[in-house]
Amino acid sequence: MGESASRTATRHAPAPDGPILRLSGVHKSYNIGTPVETEVLHGIDLTLAAGEFAALIGPSGSGKSTLLNIIGLLERPTAGSVAVAGHETTTLDEAGLTRLRGRTLGFIFQFHYLLAAFTALENVMMPLLLDRRRAEPGMRDVALELLAGVGLKDASGKKPSELSGGMQQRVAIARSLAMRPTLVLADEPTGNLDTHTADDIFELLRRFNVEHGTTFLIVTHDPRLAARCDRRIELVDGSVVPT
Amino acid sequence: MPTEWTIALRFLREGRMQTLLIIAGVTVGVGVVLFITALVQGLQTSLVNRTLGTQAHIVVFPPEEVARPALDRDTNAVAARVEPRAQRLRSIDQWESLLGTIAAAPGVIAVSPMVSGPAFASRGTASKSVAILGVDPERYLRIVHIDEDLLAGRFLVTGTSGAIGFELAKDLGVTVGDKIRLSTPLGREDVITVTGTFDVGVKELNRRWVFTTMKLAQTLLDLPGGVTNIDLTVSEIFAADKTAQVIADATGLRAESWMQTNAQLLAAFRNQNVSTLTIRTFVTLIVALGIASVLVVSVVQKQKEIGILRAMGASRGAILRVFLLQGALVALAGSVLGSALAVAMVETFAKLFKNADGSPIFAPEMDWKLIVSTWVIALLTGVLAATLPARRAAKLDPVAAIRYG
Repeated sequence: MGESASRTATRHAPAPDGPILRLSGVHKSYNIGTPVETEVLHGIDLTLAAGEFAALIGPSGSGKSTLLNIIGLLERPTAGSVAVAGHETTTLDEAGLTRLRGRTLGFIFQFHYLLAAFTALENVMMPLLLDRRRAEPGMRDVALELLAGVGLKDASGKKPSELSGGMQQRVAIARSLAMRPTLVLADEPTGNLDTHTADDIFELLRRFNVEHGTTFLIVTHDPRLAARCDRRIELVDGSVVPT
Repeated sequence: MPTEWTIALRFLREGRMQTLLIIAGVTVGVGVVLFITALVQGLQTSLVNRTLGTQAHIVVFPPEEVARPALDRDTNAVAARVEPRAQRLRSIDQWESLLGTIAAAPGVIAVSPMVSGPAFASRGTASKSVAILGVDPERYLRIVHIDEDLLAGRFLVTGTSGAIGFELAKDLGVTVGDKIRLSTPLGREDVITVTGTFDVGVKELNRRWVFTTMKLAQTLLDLPGGVTNIDLTVSEIFAADKTAQVIADATGLRAESWMQTNAQLLAAFRNQNVSTLTIRTFVTLIVALGIASVLVVSVVQKQKEIGILRAMGASRGAILRVFLLQGALVALAGSVLGSALAVAMVETFAKLFKNADGSPIFAPEMDWKLIVSTWVIALLTGVLAATLPARRAAKLDPVAAIRYG
């Protein structure tokens, strides 16, 4: 696929029928060519269909985060192929990956990582601002609607430092949905929240999944939450455990 | 507003103290550079004006007389000693026709022929050695504005009247309207009426200069119809030596520019310019280091935010521009404030350092050209200084930045 072709392709919505994510034979090694070379992922094959609500579970050091980073196009696999929303990513350059990532993927991290200098509303608008490279009419409304969706309509003008941990994470969720991503990757989204708040956040993700058909892949240590997902993908020592 | 601008501005606002400190640093840097440059320019202009207040930009003389060997070259005879010839007072050959050639030289805007030579001025028993300067007053005033230096009377130079330096007037005890006798070593003499006394700011000249008509000077110095030198004014004073060379080549006469006559002054200017340049270079360097260090710290502080921006679709280029913009904005803000500071310093200087009569010693020169060029340099410095931290930010691996930042 040529550079211009790939650039055009990322602008189009993915084919609705195909899988949202398809990994085949993904290997990942670190420190290649040194005596301490280690393979973290040993040939992962994984497919996510549109609208799935899946949990990625496994013990510490099993390679969950590495896998999530590869799916999130933040890291490249050593071998194998990754297709996101119908776009094969192995042939894309850095700029192409950034563009595809910005337009099809949403991220939620264990910590909210909101930009401290911006209000909640501006943080939610940020993916749109980065994509269009300037403020456009309508962006505000999209962000306000998303904030209302996470129950923070009244907090739109507040800075992250003025919000509680649960509220911050809700803003981060609203932000991850700003570009109407086809796939949202959540890395322990409830990891540093109390049980009650964690349940709220989980319900929120579930609601977006049901209402908008957004696909979710959630890394979690919490077996209780994992049990409430439609599908559990278990990773042990860099391989997917067959279910 | 483009998103990168918004982010850059917010980042600057967020790190308020750092931003204010570095803007203060740029302000002081720009202020000092502007003030020092303006001060030196003002000083040099003032010195040049003072120097040229009593001098023509270029003076054209007849060629020097040299001793010609009387021995036959073919016999290999060698003169053991050749005495230099005494330089008698001579007229420029064919000066009237050369005047056109000289006036046509590039940059020449005024030409004034002069007949000058030594004489004595006496009144009663007092007698002083003087220099007679026979001029066409109208033409001469376009070379040296002696009319602006008058202490009494007018610069009226006609048949038997003339103007003299005020020190000479004091020495001879004369005032405007009195008569003095001029006599030359050739035994010629005449009486003129003093119409004005002047102070050109140089004691020696105030004591010796006597302006008469060309005709009277020609008679007294025995140079009928001749002139001893031609004074010129040029439009571009620092190109005077080039114009002088052109005239010398075209006419075969000696042409001395003020730059040759005042070679020491110009050497001092050059030294001064080198030291100013050194100060400016180091101040710029310090400002650049300041901006760079503040932004490096900012990049480290914002690693996670940069990582998240990258994950959300910000390109490396966008991150790079966010930090380059911060450098540029800091430099711009500092430039504006620094210019204001420099203006204030110039005003203060003018108030603090005054002549006895209350006029400023000299005025530092702040023109738009200087301010604009300083701004451009500051802006470039800001962007260049930001390059290192900006590249570092752009290179950040989003995964590492988010996880370990």
